[in-house]
Amino acid sequence: METHCHIAMRLLLSKKRAMLMSLSGIVFGVGLFIITQAQTAGFERFFTRTALGTDGALHIEDRANQDILGPTVIKNAAGRPEGVVSMGKDRKYVEGVPFPGPITDALRRFQNIAAVSPVLRGDAQLESNSRQMPSQVQGIDLDDFLAVSNLAQQVVFGRLDDFRANPKGVMIGSQLANRANLAVGDPVVISRADHSERYRVEAIFESGVEHIDKERVILHLPEARAVLSQPFGVTYLQASLHDNDRAAAEAPHMQEVLGQLVVPWQEREKIWLDVFHALRASSALTVSTIILISGLGMFNTLGVIVLEKSKEIAILRSMGYLRGDITRIFLLLGGLVLVAGCVLGCLLGAGGTWLVANIPLRIRGVFSTDYFVVAWSPWHYVWAIMAATIVVLLASWIPARRAARLEPGDVIRGLNL
Amino acid sequence: MPADAILRAENLHRYLGQGENRTHVLRGLNLSLEPGKLYAVSGPSGCGKSTLLFLLGLLDRQDEGNIWIAGELMSTASDAARTAARSRLLGFIFQFHFLLPEFTALENILLPMRKLGRLDADAMQKRALQLLSDVGLGDKGHRLAHQLSGGEQQRVAIARALANDPALLLADEPTGNLDVENSNHIFNILTELARRGHTVLVVTHNPELANRADKILRMQDGKFIA
Repeated sequence: METHCHIAMRLLLSKKRAMLMSLSGIVFGVGLFIITQAQTAGFERFFTRTALGTDGALHIEDRANQDILGPTVIKNAAGRPEGVVSMGKDRKYVEGVPFPGPITDALRRFQNIAAVSPVLRGDAQLESNSRQMPSQVQGIDLDDFLAVSNLAQQVVFGRLDDFRANPKGVMIGSQLANRANLAVGDPVVISRADHSERYRVEAIFESGVEHIDKERVILHLPEARAVLSQPFGVTYLQASLHDNDRAAAEAPHMQEVLGQLVVPWQEREKIWLDVFHALRASSALTVSTIILISGLGMFNTLGVIVLEKSKEIAILRSMGYLRGDITRIFLLLGGLVLVAGCVLGCLLGAGGTWLVANIPLRIRGVFSTDYFVVAWSPWHYVWAIMAATIVVLLASWIPARRAARLEPGDVIRGLNL
Repeated sequence: MPADAILRAENLHRYLGQGENRTHVLRGLNLSLEPGKLYAVSGPSGCGKSTLLFLLGLLDRQDEGNIWIAGELMSTASDAARTAARSRLLGFIFQFHFLLPEFTALENILLPMRKLGRLDADAMQKRALQLLSDVGLGDKGHRLAHQLSGGEQQRVAIARALANDPALLLADEPTGNLDVENSNHIFNILTELARRGHTVLVVTHNPELANRADKILRMQDGKFIA
C-alpha cells in the first residue's frame, strides 16, 4: 500500500494546478456544508428550545366526549341544517380539562413525563395608569409551571420570589409592559366583563415569542380563576418530558388513555419546524452542488491523467503491477484529495461556524437572540464528509477502472509506432 | 526442443487489426530460448519482431499457439498469473526508456522490487544502488528521468529491468535511439548479462550488434527464416 500511495502522490503532484482546483472545491464544499448546517440547525434548535421552554413538550387540552360520536349537524334558527362539524376521527371534544387532578395523576404514571402544570387561560383587559389594552391572562401554579417551562430564565426585570410571595402579584410580558408603560412595582387592574381586580407588577419576562411578550399576563391560579370566573377546571395541562423527541410518538397513546386531546410540541410548531427542515434540506442541496462540481472537475482531471499517463500505467503493468494495483493507485489518488479536502474543509467549517456565531443579529418574533445561532454537531461534519466521499469515490472509480483496463501491449505498441 | 529451455513457444499466430485491415502478423512461430544466451531477432520493419516480443513477454495474447515460461504454460493463464510471471521472471527494455518521469532513477528501479516484495526495504535500496552502479550511474540515482541523457536513461531502464533478477530479459530495439557509443555500451551490458546467466532476447535492426549475439533469429513476413 505504501508503494501505491507513493505512486498516487507523485501522479497527483504531476497535475498540481488541476488537483488544487478540485481540492479547493471539496474544501469549500465541505466547509460551507458544515457552516450552513450549523446555522440552520442552530436556529431550529434554538426555536425548539424556546418553544419547549415557553409552552412545554405536551399540552393536554380538550376532553374527548365519548358519548357523541359521528359528525354534528349545525342548524340555523329555522332548524334547517347549515353544515356538519367533525373533529379528528369523528371524536368530539369538550373545551378544556374539567378535572385536572385525576388527569395529572394519570399523566405522571407515564415514564417519560417529567412534570405537569395546570394552566388556566383567558382574555381580559389590562389597565395601567396610562392606558387600557387587551391581554391574555394565564393562571399558573408557579412551582409547577417552573418545572415545565423556562419562565425563571425569562424574567428580565423584578424577582420571581416577589411574585411567589405576593398572591396579588402579576408577571407581564416585556412588550406589553413597554406598551402599557409599566414597570416593576406599578399597580395594574385586570378586568373581564364586570369583574375587575387590582394587582402589582412583580416581574417582567421576555420569552422571545412576540405574541406572548405582547399580551401575556401571568397570575397565580386562584386569582386567574377569580378574574376569568372559572372556579374549577383548567384550559390545559402543560407537561415536560424526559425525552422531548418522543412527544409525537407517545401523544396518541396518552390521548387514548386519558380521553383528552394531547398535542405534542412537534404538532404545535409544525409550520415552523417544516420551514426549518426545508431550509436545511435546501441549503444542504445547494452546497452539495459545489462538492458535486468539484467532483466533476476531479473526474476530468483523473481522466486526463489516465490519458496522459497511459504509458506509465502500461510500464507499471509490464513490471508486474496488477489491474487491481492500478485501480488502487487511482482510488488512492482520489482518496488523498478527499482526505486533504475533508480535513481542510472541516477546519474551514469549524472556523466559519465560530465566526458566524459571533455575527450580531437581533431577532425577535419566534425567538429572541442578538447573535447568529449555530449548533455544533459532529453529525454535520459526518454528513459533509460522507457527501464528499461519495462524490470523490464516484469521480475516481470510473477513471480508475479505465486505467486498469488498459492493455500494456496495446499502449506500448501504439507508442512504438 | 531442450527440456531446460527458459522459454518455449509453439505454433504462435497473431492477427492484428479488424475487418479488411486484419493482418496475419505472426504465422506459426516456434521458438526455444536457453538460459545464459543472447538472442538477437532481426528483420525488416513490419515483419512482426515487436509483436513476437510482446507475446513472449506476456504483454499481449496470441491468437493460436502456446508459450511456456520456466515450464509453466502461460498462454492460457489468467491475467493475474501472467502479471505475476512478468514480475518474477521477466524484465523489459523498450526502445524508449519509458522511465516514470515523476520518479528518480533510484525510485524507478525500486518500483518493480516493491511490487514483488521479495526483499526488505534496506535490501531493495542496496540492490537498486548496486544495479545503478553496475550500469555506471552510481552517482545519479537521485536524478529525475529528464535530468539524465538518452544513454543514461536507457541504462536506468536496463537496471530497472534487472531489478527482480529476471531469468529472461526482453529488449525491443534498446539502442534504436542511441548514438554508436551508447549503443555499444548498452550492448556490452546485455552481453555481460547473458554471460552471467540471464537469457536475453534483443530485437534489433543493427546487423553489427546482432552479430554479437549467440544466435540470430531472422524474421520475414511473420516467420523465422534460415
